[in-house]
Amino acid sequence: MLDLLRKLGHTVIDAVWRLGYAGKFFFLTLIGSGISFRRFHLVVREIYYTGVRSLIIIIVSGLFVGMVLALQGYETLQRYGSSSALGVLVALALVRELGPVVSALLFASRAGSAITAEIGLMKATEQLSAMEMMAVDPISRVVAPRFWSGVISLPLLTAIFNAMGIFGGYLIGVVLIGVDEGSFWSQMQAGVDFREDIMNGVIKSFVFGIAVTLIAVFEGYDSPPTAEGVSGATTRTVVTSSLVILILDFVLTSFMFRGV
Amino acid sequence: MERTTLDLWVGIFVAAGMAAILVLALKVGNFSLNGSSTYPVYAYFDNIGGLKPRAPIKSAGVVVGRVAAIAFDQKQYKARVTLNIDRQYQFSKDSTASILTSGLLGEQYIGLDTGADDQMLKAGDTITLTQSAIVLEKLIGQFIFNKAGSGNHQ
Repeated sequence: MLDLLRKLGHTVIDAVWRLGYAGKFFFLTLIGSGISFRRFHLVVREIYYTGVRSLIIIIVSGLFVGMVLALQGYETLQRYGSSSALGVLVALALVRELGPVVSALLFASRAGSAITAEIGLMKATEQLSAMEMMAVDPISRVVAPRFWSGVISLPLLTAIFNAMGIFGGYLIGVVLIGVDEGSFWSQMQAGVDFREDIMNGVIKSFVFGIAVTLIAVFEGYDSPPTAEGVSGATTRTVVTSSLVILILDFVLTSFMFRGV
Repeated sequence: MERTTLDLWVGIFVAAGMAAILVLALKVGNFSLNGSSTYPVYAYFDNIGGLKPRAPIKSAGVVVGRVAAIAFDQKQYKARVTLNIDRQYQFSKDSTASILTSGLLGEQYIGLDTGADDQMLKAGDTITLTQSAIVLEKLIGQFIFNKAGSGNHQ
């Protein structure tokens, strides 16, 4: 019994300690970001690996998500004889929810895991220690550029995902099913507000970008320097960031859209 | 990878992202660059039904403005609706504002019918002739009342 309680206490203290360590790490990353803006090509290099390499998966899944939304939305809307509202349905679902959330989930598994594995392996092969020996701060040289590349990439990827999704909805709704093109676009424009819907979506993806990349770099930096440790850290990155994305999404949504 | 090709790809990526945001803003949203070219007009309604802010104001079916705000007037016990009308459209002082519904399940909007007065509505004016929204329950109540009344005669 005492043993069980001791174990519980240890787990809680460990969790709180890790949370505090992550907070301190975030602070150190922000302090050490000066170099990544003075030598911006470091960030550009990382944007290539996190952002540009994720383009294909974002474009293809955006297209298909939009197409499925249009098919399912049409199926339901035509029962009420309001299939002309298909455009606004597809656009609002994508811009408010699906765009930021799905692209953040894809980004976490496509780029976040790669960042964790890379930094974890750098730590396991003692490259980070070697940098410290040469008086190069690994946080400002390795961690901060990757962090900023994620924060910059994800909102752009989300915007591309949204645009592709709406194009997919247009393909299925207007070209294939034959919903009136004029009402598809005009109802969309009447129903989607730039500040209320689009900007809130962009803010969401920005917050997700910070959360996902912070988790990825932290798990990599904190991973045990063994093969097993790196693989465990990579798994934890994907699981933790997926959970954090969904929880943050609920919190942000309840602040942004109160159904006024 | 060479640095110039890398820069090129990142440039393409960022440009594509910016273009996507621009497309979303202009094609999908109702974002307009000249946002302040409207003038406010007020109207009091007995009942606004399901009218919401940002609902369109239509005249002859054409959108001429949007509902800016809805408030409750404590003195008259009426709803005070602020209408933002596009500056390029002018309406006479005795215009009628009525709350209408587009389609059976559609959104409610304000229909604006112009009158015969020579003077035009200016910013801050109040539309006096208004027609409230039709509330379905009242309509059904009236119908049942009439039915009962006609039944007694026979």
